[in-house]
Amino acid sequence: MNQRQKEEYLREYGILKSEGKPFFPYAVAKDSLMACIVMLVIILASLTLGVELGAKANPATTSYEPRPEWYFFFLFELLRVIKPPSVVPLATIGIPTLCMILLFLLPFYDRGPERRPERRPIATLTGIFVIGAMFYLTWSGAHAGSPYALEWKTPNAVIKAGPAAVAKFEAGRKAIASTGCEACHKIGENGNPGPGPPLTEIGARIPAEGIARTLVNPTAPMPSFKGLPAKKFEDIVFFLSHLK
Amino acid sequence: MPKLPPPPIPPALKPPPKRPEEGNGKLTPLDTAAEAGTSVVNWVDERTSLSGAVRWMMFRKVPKGTNWFYTLGSATMFAFLSQAITGVFLAMYYRPDVSGGAYESIRYVTNDVFLGSFVRGMHKWGASVMVVLVFLHMGRTFFFGAYKYPRELNWVIGVVLLILTMTMSFTGYLLPFDERAYWATIVGVNINGTGPLIGPYLSDFLRAGPEFGATTLSRFYAIHMMLVPGLIAALIGAHLYLVAKLGTTAPPWLKAKQDPELKKTEA
Ligand code: HEC
Ligand code: HEM
Repeated sequence: MNQRQKEEYLREYGILKSEGKPFFPYAVAKDSLMACIVMLVIILASLTLGVELGAKANPATTSYEPRPEWYFFFLFELLRVIKPPSVVPLATIGIPTLCMILLFLLPFYDRGPERRPERRPIATLTGIFVIGAMFYLTWSGAHAGSPYALEWKTPNAVIKAGPAAVAKFEAGRKAIASTGCEACHKIGENGNPGPGPPLTEIGARIPAEGIARTLVNPTAPMPSFKGLPAKKFEDIVFFLSHLK
Repeated sequence: MPKLPPPPIPPALKPPPKRPEEGNGKLTPLDTAAEAGTSVVNWVDERTSLSGAVRWMMFRKVPKGTNWFYTLGSATMFAFLSQAITGVFLAMYYRPDVSGGAYESIRYVTNDVFLGSFVRGMHKWGASVMVVLVFLHMGRTFFFGAYKYPRELNWVIGVVLLILTMTMSFTGYLLPFDERAYWATIVGVNINGTGPLIGPYLSDFLRAGPEFGATTLSRFYAIHMMLVPGLIAALIGAHLYLVAKLGTTAPPWLKAKQDPELKKTEA
């Protein structure tokens, strides 16, 4: 907006404002009614939906699929849908950061004098697209597992070994998903391709003791995992040694 | 407007107009009581001169066409107040102690305290309501072009408020310290850590060290209870100051009736 448009806007706005009504009591009445509705919704939600308290947090469990509050689903989902690993850091933080910067600076690059939504097609369509994308991601996030979920079919050898082995394998799968190995390793379709080597067939390459030794005493930059609870550690080693 | 005639009361029953100077010129205790409200306001105003500010805030005009979409901002503020109040009650019981105290205190609130699970429910669902309202309010200001001149700064403050609101819900999620809270927060902090430049520092700051441990919870607790709510309250103040100073926008499709005088000078 140039100086003339600014002055024009201020003059126009001045007239509209002088034709308006005082904030008290007109706007205050509307705001109060809205506040009552908000209060009612919160109370009803509390009464009908209630609260829950899960089991006490236990760093040693491996059976937990982390899930955020529903309004973070779209962020988690962004992390999940963008699989090409070279862009994963971009997806997790890059895209949200970019969106935040664009949001912050909106009034500084969209400076035209026009305010009617139908005469600002780019802004309006972008807005509708972003809302649609957030709805979609929230919806699909609600139906999906956690971002570091590790999808892996239980091998037949494990199934043959009996239910205890299947449970141990399953525990190992979840342990890896919650320990963050996938930040550096690719396991099948899951995880990032570097800096660590893929673990897809690690069981064929290294025996279980070797894997355990690597976890306790790895080469940098891989951190040592000897601090993990013993059970979790065993489950991870068990899982990896069956990837063949 | 024509005045209605006074109701037909017999003159004898009409209350005489009262004046303090009546009688011996002294205020009776009853008169003083009747004037108490005004005197208190006057007393405060004489010492603070706040009445000007109140008048400036409350008796400003809102432009023609102001509709229900304009209540979303104050509804957000109301949700924040509700969070603050229910939060204070939860804080009376909460203990930020990883070795079981946090979980136990929440379990106690939920199961044993009178109305405890109700207040906890209000706080939990109030958070969702507030997030929804913030986004709706942002959508309103976006589609109405309300972020344009001269309200750019108010938009920027708004975005900060949006981030702070999300920070509140992220940090609050850990506090019950159950399985869900614990694991979701670990993943959240790890995602933060993959960010560019400040990512690793941010997650180190949140964890209070390289490992997720005892200090992590107290750090989340302090952020959730003191740092961010204080910032939000202060920024809402700035946001509202600007709203009152600049006035709220009129709906974008409204045109002012051209002042015939102005038209003449323009032509
Ligand atoms: C910070 C990144 C990082 C993380 C996190 C990480 N690793 Fe590694 N890992 C590496 C790198 C790099 C190597 C290669 C080291 C070398 O060349 O010896 C490696 C090597 C390995 C090897 C040996 C592979 C081989 O072919 O010799 C195994 C097994 C392994 N990692 C398992 C794990 C497991 C299990 C986890 C999760 C509990 C994990 N890693 C987490 C970076 C990481
Ligand atoms: C805690 C969160 C927030 C609170 C309590 C709040 C409160 C308010 C209130 C009460 C108004 C007055 C007009 C109205 O209600 O529409 C307002 C106006 C405004 N808000 Fe917010 N707001 C919040 C967040 C935001 C966000 C996230 C944005 C955008 C990024 C934003 C941008 C604006 C703008 C541009 C105006 C001026 C609108 C106009 O003049 O028509 N606010 N805000």
